[in-house]
Amino acid sequence: MLGTQLTVLRDGTPTGLTDALDLVAGLDDALLRGLARVGEADAAALAALAGALTATPLGDRLAEAVAKVTAGSVAEEHLLALAGARCALLGAAHDALLGQLDTALGRARAPWAPGAVESPGAGSAARAGARAWLHEVAVTGWGGVDHELVAAAGAPVEAALAEPGLRRLAVLLDGLAAELRACVPVATMAQPPLRRWADLWARGVLLAQDAAAESVPTAVEEVSGRLLVLGVDVHEHDTAVQAQVHAILEPADGGPPRLVRCAVGAVKVETIVGPALWRLLDAHPVLLAALAERRSLTVTGLPLHGADLLWRDDRVRPGEPADPFATARVLLPTAVAAAPAPLERHPVGIAEPVLVEGYTVRDDDGTTTFDIGGQSIAVEVHRLPSCGPLTPALVAASSACLGLIRWDDGRWSLQPLAVRATVKRQPVEAHTGDWAGGVTDPKIAKAEAKAGDAVAVLRERAGRLLRR
Amino acid sequence: MADAERTAWRRRSTVRVVPPARPRKLAKVPFLELADGRLQGVVSSGSDVDRVYVSSIASGTHAYHCSTNNNRPCGGLRGAPCKHLHALADEALLQYGADRVARYLRVDVGAGVDTARELLAALAGRHEPTPAAVVFSRFLRHLSYLELPASAVPLPELHWFPATGAGR
Repeated sequence: MLGTQLTVLRDGTPTGLTDALDLVAGLDDALLRGLARVGEADAAALAALAGALTATPLGDRLAEAVAKVTAGSVAEEHLLALAGARCALLGAAHDALLGQLDTALGRARAPWAPGAVESPGAGSAARAGARAWLHEVAVTGWGGVDHELVAAAGAPVEAALAEPGLRRLAVLLDGLAAELRACVPVATMAQPPLRRWADLWARGVLLAQDAAAESVPTAVEEVSGRLLVLGVDVHEHDTAVQAQVHAILEPADGGPPRLVRCAVGAVKVETIVGPALWRLLDAHPVLLAALAERRSLTVTGLPLHGADLLWRDDRVRPGEPADPFATARVLLPTAVAAAPAPLERHPVGIAEPVLVEGYTVRDDDGTTTFDIGGQSIAVEVHRLPSCGPLTPALVAASSACLGLIRWDDGRWSLQPLAVRATVKRQPVEAHTGDWAGGVTDPKIAKAEAKAGDAVAVLRERAGRLLRR
Repeated sequence: MADAERTAWRRRSTVRVVPPARPRKLAKVPFLELADGRLQGVVSSGSDVDRVYVSSIASGTHAYHCSTNNNRPCGGLRGAPCKHLHALADEALLQYGADRVARYLRVDVGAGVDTARELLAALAGRHEPTPAAVVFSRFLRHLSYLELPASAVPLPELHWFPATGAGR
């Protein structure tokens, strides 16, 4: 990534982005106070939202929903219209921002190719329970959330976890409920995370519809070829973990290289943290070994949905060692990316791999910035996972960085996935996935061994106490 | 937390609202939580691998209790918190940090506490029996998470929950 590309990001703010985000903020503020009694300011914000979307297919339903909600009658279908409007605005923001980023990077992107029409999920009690809870939350408002309302999320979460097709909904609700539990009473919080909670609420409302697709997406095509890993992005909340691998696929049929990703995950408990997280993903040994040993993979007939490979360990073989920095240098500039599924578009999902070199690091007051050719970009050192060897100190000492470009709250940033650095005059290289097969740093491995195996302890307890 | 950082929360999609639990050994106290207005958890018996104790301290009143999961009162409760409550408090300080535990229990610890002994000394509660069943069933539910199958389908919602905590 070059300074001139950062200039394009800085100067090319999409037209209308601020207006769209202001409309979203109006709805977010209303959700703080709740929809039971909509005040004047919130009514005006909701009317503005409806006004802005009049010409869209959502227009009529949204206008009716806003009228009803403002009058004090809040039905589930009205909340669906509000969540849909928010999704549409943020989806448009996502498209504009990603377009700007693609222009800056010169990255080609294949449009979304809809596959077979996804079968609507069957009506389920778990979905109905989730809708009822999200309705109660919206009527009450974040400011009114108490222990009782937080505890009421337990039943729908449990029901959704029991249905493999509802894993997305379950993981989202569990993450949101844990945050509310830690923040109750929200009314005393100086600054509740309104954008974030409304994001999660709206996505939850959409996932809880009976018409929503199952978690398992339909493959659009099956692909074969050589998969070269760029890096792994780790996601985690108290009860879930996911490793999302960004990679380049060289198709066996000789087409242009494609920028793809694959994600494997597990549910967990909050006391499993650090390198033990990889243990939870041990159903995918070939993938973990490729990360730990920095190897390429040969894939045969792996389903692909947009840019997402649906991982099947049995359709993958380990290949030759491959250097992710070399992959990024040689293949990333010409790799073709793919647009995400329309309902998944939100600026939070923007995560574009880039290689950054020739920068100077500025480190002041706990914020880290890279200066590249007279331009600067913030580096998300707080986003380095506890399950890998990459630390803020290594990033500060680095001279080359593989990372993901992110966007949040009007600002572009870089999330490191790997660095090359000089420590005590020795060149070192660290990737977030280095410990996928076990901790390679003897000092940390020793500390881990001393702390004991959290996964094993809990599995022993479960074996002894659970089935009685 | 700095005021500027707090203000930025309002319009950000990714903020770590709940700090990640800090690593600790789980053998003695496999489960603890700040929930239902209590610090509550499960303590493994030192003598019988099939027995666990359910211990709790209430927020505000600081009423404490300890019993087996079958509601048999703990023999160590003689007018003062037993060793299981000490273990629970010690591990809670490790997992959540003293600030978060003290804030939840609504206890004034002045300059902070490092050990369960100091924390329990700052409490003004009495022994009050509470049923163990609720906590024990929450523990069983907690364990059941590890029995759920892993998934190989992308969970796009987890982009709201980046992993954090390197080098702490």
